[in-house]
Order: sequence, then C-alpha cells, then structure tokens
Amino acid sequence: MPAVSMTVNGKAVTGDVEARTLLVQFLREHLRLTGTHVGCDTSQCGACVVHVDGIAAKSCTLLALQCEGAKVTTIEGLAEPNGPLHPMQEAFRENHGLQCGYCTPGMIMSALDIVRRHGNELDEHTIREQLDGNICRCTGYHNIVKAIAAGAKNMPKASTRQAAE
Amino acid sequence: MSATGIGAAVRRKEDFRFITGSGQYTDDVVRPGETRAVFVRSPHAHAKIRSIDVGAARKMPGVVDVLTGAQLATDKIGNLICGWMIHSKDGTPMKMASHPALAAAKVNCVGDAVAVVIAETYEQGRDAAEKVKVDYEVLAAVVDPAKAQAPGVPQIHPDIANNTIYQWHLGDAKATAAAFAAAAHVTKLDIVNNRLVPNAMEPRAALAEYDAGTDNLTLWNTSQNPHVARLVIAAFVGMAPEHKLRVIAPDVGGGFGSKIFIYPEEVVCLWAARKLRRPVKWTADRSESFLTDAHGRDHVTHAELALDAQGKILALRAKTIANLGAYMSTFSSSVPTYLYATLLSGQYDIPSIYCEVDAVYTNTAPVDAYRGAGRPEATFVVERLMEVSARQMKIEPADLRKRNFIKTFPHQTPVIMAYDAGDYHASLKKALEIADVKGFNKRRRDSARHGKLRGLGFSTYIEACGIAPSQAVGSLGCGVGLWESAEVRVNPTGSVEVLTGTHAHGQGHETTFAQLVSERLGIPFENVSIVHGDTDKVQFGMGTYGSRSGAVGMSAIVKALDKIEAKAKKVAAHMLEAAEGDIEFKDGKFTVAGTDKSATWGDVALNAYIAHKFTGAELEPGLKETSFYDPTNFTFPAGCHICEVEVDIDTGKTDIVNWTAVDDFGAIINPMIVEGQVHGGIAQGVGQALLEGAVYDKSGQLVTGSMMDYTMPRAHDLPSFHVGLTETKAPSNPLGVKGCGEAGAIAAPAAVINAITDAIGTEDLAMPATANAVWSALKRATPRQAA
Repeated sequence: MPAVSMTVNGKAVTGDVEARTLLVQFLREHLRLTGTHVGCDTSQCGACVVHVDGIAAKSCTLLALQCEGAKVTTIEGLAEPNGPLHPMQEAFRENHGLQCGYCTPGMIMSALDIVRRHGNELDEHTIREQLDGNICRCTGYHNIVKAIAAGAKNMPKASTRQAAE
Repeated sequence: MSATGIGAAVRRKEDFRFITGSGQYTDDVVRPGETRAVFVRSPHAHAKIRSIDVGAARKMPGVVDVLTGAQLATDKIGNLICGWMIHSKDGTPMKMASHPALAAAKVNCVGDAVAVVIAETYEQGRDAAEKVKVDYEVLAAVVDPAKAQAPGVPQIHPDIANNTIYQWHLGDAKATAAAFAAAAHVTKLDIVNNRLVPNAMEPRAALAEYDAGTDNLTLWNTSQNPHVARLVIAAFVGMAPEHKLRVIAPDVGGGFGSKIFIYPEEVVCLWAARKLRRPVKWTADRSESFLTDAHGRDHVTHAELALDAQGKILALRAKTIANLGAYMSTFSSSVPTYLYATLLSGQYDIPSIYCEVDAVYTNTAPVDAYRGAGRPEATFVVERLMEVSARQMKIEPADLRKRNFIKTFPHQTPVIMAYDAGDYHASLKKALEIADVKGFNKRRRDSARHGKLRGLGFSTYIEACGIAPSQAVGSLGCGVGLWESAEVRVNPTGSVEVLTGTHAHGQGHETTFAQLVSERLGIPFENVSIVHGDTDKVQFGMGTYGSRSGAVGMSAIVKALDKIEAKAKKVAAHMLEAAEGDIEFKDGKFTVAGTDKSATWGDVALNAYIAHKFTGAELEPGLKETSFYDPTNFTFPAGCHICEVEVDIDTGKTDIVNWTAVDDFGAIINPMIVEGQVHGGIAQGVGQALLEGAVYDKSGQLVTGSMMDYTMPRAHDLPSFHVGLTETKAPSNPLGVKGCGEAGAIAAPAAVINAITDAIGTEDLAMPATANAVWSALKRATPRQAA
C-alpha cells in the first residue's frame, strides 16, 4: 500500500493507505479524527468539509493520496485543547446553530471559508447562497445563518480574503 | 426566573462536544477486532431467489464469512414485527407478512438484503459483496398504492389477498352521509400526500459485540428508543434474552421517526457477532439510507367537506389509501389510522366525521412514522378543504376558520380525541398581526407590477402529542405502554444525575431537563447531568417520538423529584431535630418553619448517605427515587402558520417571502430550543411542499435514490421565520407542557400549497410544487388576473 504524508491540525502524520482511500476515511479511520462526518457519499451534504491548504474541501471527494504534503485542518484543529473556542464555534453555540450536531463540523468549516471569501460582514442572502454545499436536516438553517453572521463579525479581520476570489 | 431555570433560553450543554468534533456517534465507536458488514441487496423490486452462490465471495481477501437468509432461518432468528394491531371493519386482524432480516426465498423491494459479507475492512467487504451471485426470477412489481388492490395485480405476499393489510374505518358513516345530503355546499378534493425520505444527516448504523465469557451481547445503534429495540430484538426476534442484551444509542444524528424502528441490519450484526465471535459494524451509505430507511407519508385521499350556507361545517369524510411498502415496519399500522383519522376534526367543531383507510403492500421501501406521522396528512386534508371551501364560498379564509373554531374545552370530537385546552382565536389573531395580513393586498399589487403572483396561505393545525396514556393507546391496539420513566440520583456531594427513558437526537434534553431539575432543587444547572440511551444505565423507557419527551418524560422527572423532596425532608427533619411536617424546602434550602434553623441541599444529601443522624429503623439511607409516569390524556398543541409566496410566472419558481408561525405549546422550559424545533419542523414541511418526493418508476426502482436526485431543502430555499407563541397550559401533565417537535412539519405543507394556489388561481397542484409543477399548473389553468 502506498504511504501518504500530510500535516493535520499542525501535526505531521503519515500512513499506509489504499490508492482508493478517501481523505475522510484517512482522517476518521487512520487518525481517529471522527469530528469529520460522512453524510451522503455524493458531495452534496458537506458534513465532511475540512480545510486543505486553507480552502474548504469535501473530504469525501478527495483521495488521501491527493493530499500528499498538504496542510489539512479539521474541526478538531480549530481551537487549542483547553484553549478558547474559535469565534465561529462559539457563535454556533450562542445562536443555537445546531441540534443533532452531525452536520455541524462541516457547517463551521464551510462558514470559515465563506468568511475567507466574502469578509466579516455577511448579509443573510450571501450566507444562504454560499451555504449551498451544506445540508442540515434539523435547524431549518435559521439559526445557522444567524450564527455564521455573528461568528464572522467576531473573527479577526483577515486581509487576504478578497484576493482568493 | 433564574438564568438557568424554567423559561430561560439557556445555551445547550451538549453543544461543546458537537462544535469541537468530539461527539460520539455510532460509527465513531470502535471495538477491538471489529469487522465490517456489507449487505448484498436486491436490485429488483419483486423477484424470487432461485439460488445464492457465495463461493467466490468467500475467497476474496479479508472476508471472514458470508451469511445468507437460509442460515438465519436455520439459526431460528425470528422475523421483524409491527407492534400495533389494527382490525379491519369486518373485525379481522391486519395481515402482517413475514419479514426476515435476510430474505431467503423472495425479495419484495429494491434494497431487500439477501446476504451479508463480514470482512476485515469496509473496502474488502464491498469488493466481496460484488462477487456474491444471486439468481433471481424477476416478477412484475406493484408500485402505485392506488392500483395495488385491483384485480390482476401481482400479489406480493402469498397469503394476503389483494395486497391489502387492512380496511379500517373510524366515525359515523350514516350520520356523516345524512349531513352531506343536507349540505348547502360540498367541497371535494383529491389529494396525494407525497412519499418522503426522512434523511437524518447521520446514516443508520449498528455495531454489535458478543462476550463469550458472559454470553452478553451489546449493540450500539442509531436508535430513538434503545429499550424498545432491546425488547423487540429479545422478545420477538429471539436473538437473546432481554437481560443478556444491552443496547446503547450514543449521540444520534437526527431521527425524525426513522430511527424509532427495528431494522434488519441491527439484527444481522448481532447474529453475526455472536456467530463469528468478532464485533461487527455496519454503517449505511446514503444510497442504503434511501433504499432501506422507512419512508414517510404516501397517502392517496379523496376528501369532502359539507357546509351550510353560512359556512358552518356539517361533516367531513375521507377515503385514504395508505402505502405501507413491502413490509409492515414497527409502528407503520398506527400512522394512517389512529395518528391520522383522529385528527381530522382539526381546530373545528365538526358534528360528524367518517374516514376509511385501506393500507396496502407495494414493492417499495416500508413506510412508517416520519416527523408528524399521520398528523401532517390529516392537517393537509383539513386545511386544504378549509381553504378551498373559503374560496368557493367567497368567505375570507381566516373568517371561515373563525366561524368553525372550537371555543369551549374540554371538547369531544367525533373521532376519539377529547381536546382539553386551547385558544385557536388567540393564535390566529396573533399570526394575522405578525404576518401583516392587512397589508397583503398592497403587497400583491406590488408583486403584480413586477410580473409576479403573490399568494397567502393559512394552516390552523392541531396535533395530538405525548403519545400516551398507555390505557388509551392499548385500547387502540398498541402493543406497548407509552408512559415514561425517570430516576433521580442525588450524589452524596449534592450533584444530581437524572436517568431518563427518553432519548435525545438533537432536541437538547441534556439542557432542558437540567433546567427543570436546577429550578426545582435550587441547585446550579452545572451540577445536573442527564443520562439516557443505554439499557444498562436506564432501567426502561419508551424513547423519543411524537413530541413526547417534555409532556411525558419531564413529567416523570417531576414525579421523581417530588419523591426526592419528600425523602430529603425526612433526612432534614432528623438533622434539624424537628418534625417532618415542619420542614420547608425552597431555593435549595431546608428550614424549620418559624425558626432560623436550616440545612443546605448539600448537607442533606451528604447526611442521606452517611446516615449518622437516623437509624436504619427510622429511615433508609441514600437519596434516589424513580417514577413511571403515565399522563391522563394526549396533549394538543395547536397554532396558526401563515405562508406568503411569490411565484414567478415565467418559470413557476416559488419564493417563500414570509413565514409566520404562532404556536401554543403550553408551558415552555427553554424558548430557544423550542423555536429551533419550530424552525426545523417548518423546513421539513416546506421540503415536502416544494422540493421533496420519493419517486419509484414502474418497475419499482427508486429514481430519487441519492441527494443528487432527491431535493433536500438548502439554506437558500428557505426564509428566516417569524415565530410567536401563545399559551394555554396542558391540564394532563404537571408542567402544563404540550410538545413542540413536530408542529412545523404538520402545519407547513398546507400553508405552502394554500399560498401557491392562492397565487396562481388554481387548486390543481400536487406536492412537491416544484417550479415545473407550478409552471405546468399555470399553463393548465387560466391565470387569475392579479388584483
């Protein structure tokens, strides 16, 4: 089996994977980072969203081997253990932006990417349109939209975001 | 009101683990030596199995074993069952076909499992499953429920004539017919309540482990009711005695009804784990969820409403064909009967109602309870009839409703239910204000100027929740009691664990229940833990569905807390050397009436355990109490939802431009969580009305078998919601709560369709009202001139 190396949540990791092993399987089954979820197998639901080299990606649609040398951030890597929560995590809790919690890691990771692309001041329309790749069955999105707007406001202002567009 | 007590919008205890990725769902649990189960499923909707050849599959790398239905039968593993008996009009019992966990002789729907590969890894299992050779003799399939009973249609189960499960009825046929004969106006509607796929975001999963040393089986399972799962798997499937089977439902990623039921996969995993002496895990991929999770709704109905010339309702009648799919799922029989026809009175004083329901088998996935379960179907019938009647009789829709609202309580309907409290005028009035219905005509004119059609739709719904009392449901055929249990354990340091038989899979019980305990005992919210979802910890419970956890589950906690307080007062009396009757308990402090002598909650808890102040003859040490609570009635949440839409004439696309929901849920413990439940329910109801629909082709293939084909509501399909509350307390439980989990899904579809049909000026519109469906309806009808 081929070996793969990448940096996950700031830590160098390696593993032997089958060529067909998906990034999400590598994260969940090899690294036991089970915060990243699988919800649909067809790249529709976004429960598996992580950041690969700073950009949101559906980890069910990437082979682990494609991420050779990449820097991957998962929901587990957003806040230091015992440190404060990331403002977006805090906003989801404060605004009741989750119920069963299954879609939540993907929602938060996608939300951060929306901030990266559209800045800290997000209107409702932008959030709803940009959330197209993430499905939640519990909340009706009402409080997720509120959470993302609030979390974006509370995040430090990034300078690079528009450049990525 | 304290910051964490009853009525406070307390932020949820459970959120930390979910927002940090440390939740523990079934697929996240890993046991040493774990294997993976991959099911071989029928690609045909209806076929005989001539033979199954597992030889090649067995030789594949990593394969531990390949098991078939024949072996399941040899090992005497029993069938899955439906636990609610319905009798037909003629008194005969419903016809329950046998449902083995692995089909041995015949498959009855696409996705029916015929074999299972147990392999070291998931990939190896999948590779091997492709090598299992099944020789099928394909039979013609029955797909359309409306045609399932016709002569000459293929028969699905050998001894069940005309694919008919039961022909049931409720109400007074004669009185209803007489009322119709005397009516000034009769409204008639043909309604298809579209089949839905629940699609909880966490796919179903099961992990089974066998301990040969103790002969104990453990099942981690995506279940809304682990004790019921254990009971059925022990007592009916015969897998193991109840005391040798532990079922754990850890974090569960949404249920919406679909995780109530006992499915083949958990049975097979348990069987295989014991047979192979290895833990066995199965996690559905989404395609399997689409094919094998119990679907919802799927009714074909003809409904009629009789009114006098002033718009007073005289009678309602309905004839429904309910599609229950290939097998009877766990509670499937109750959904189109006692959860449906009993709600056909809506919020209205209707003298006579008669409803007939035929339940039929088809070669499709089983259909069972999905958020609302019968009540959305009933509400859709009643609220569509009301809206269409109002239009035909040229009465304002709100006015027609007001003329017929039930005004005094208790109110006995002609269909079993005795409504105990409500104020339907209050919720309608508040909703009319919030929705600015007065300003609608101006908004309609503005839309017309932009080439858009604007419409307004009402849904004044009612539901029966709590799903209890046990005696009542027993008299209607339910095989179990629907009480709930609670055990309150006070630790020597004064912290509290509450063990509940309910199960949370998004509802936030860890928070809401802790608020109740914190307020009642006057102890910090942080000092309360809620324990659920493990049959080794919680003695028994009926689980969570039917919006019952508040009304029944929390009431059980109240009763147990009553007992805790009584016992703690005895301990305090010994400590304070006073008569028990003189002890008062308030805000976490015990005092002797009329004195300054007191003891704190923590002191009393400690003394209950160290037992230094009383003898064993006087009082048992310890502080732990249990309650099994059975309410005296269902609860009847009700309210008014108003949907305002704008329809694009050129494309037929509907935008929901305003949503108002005013609900009466009785007393509210945590308004933030209640509002969240309303939002989610509306989204699922809007999904049914605008987007979702499970489609089978004529051969029984599920055309909408993935999230690329089945339209799940996304953020841009929905507006933000305006949510309001009114309150009449439920008299049937000590807290006065009614339940809020399903209201949105019950109210929403009728509100949406009433709004769109108002906009486009034709009633000829089926769900889901996709852009294509609306555009086609517009083309069929002569569009009404916008005002």
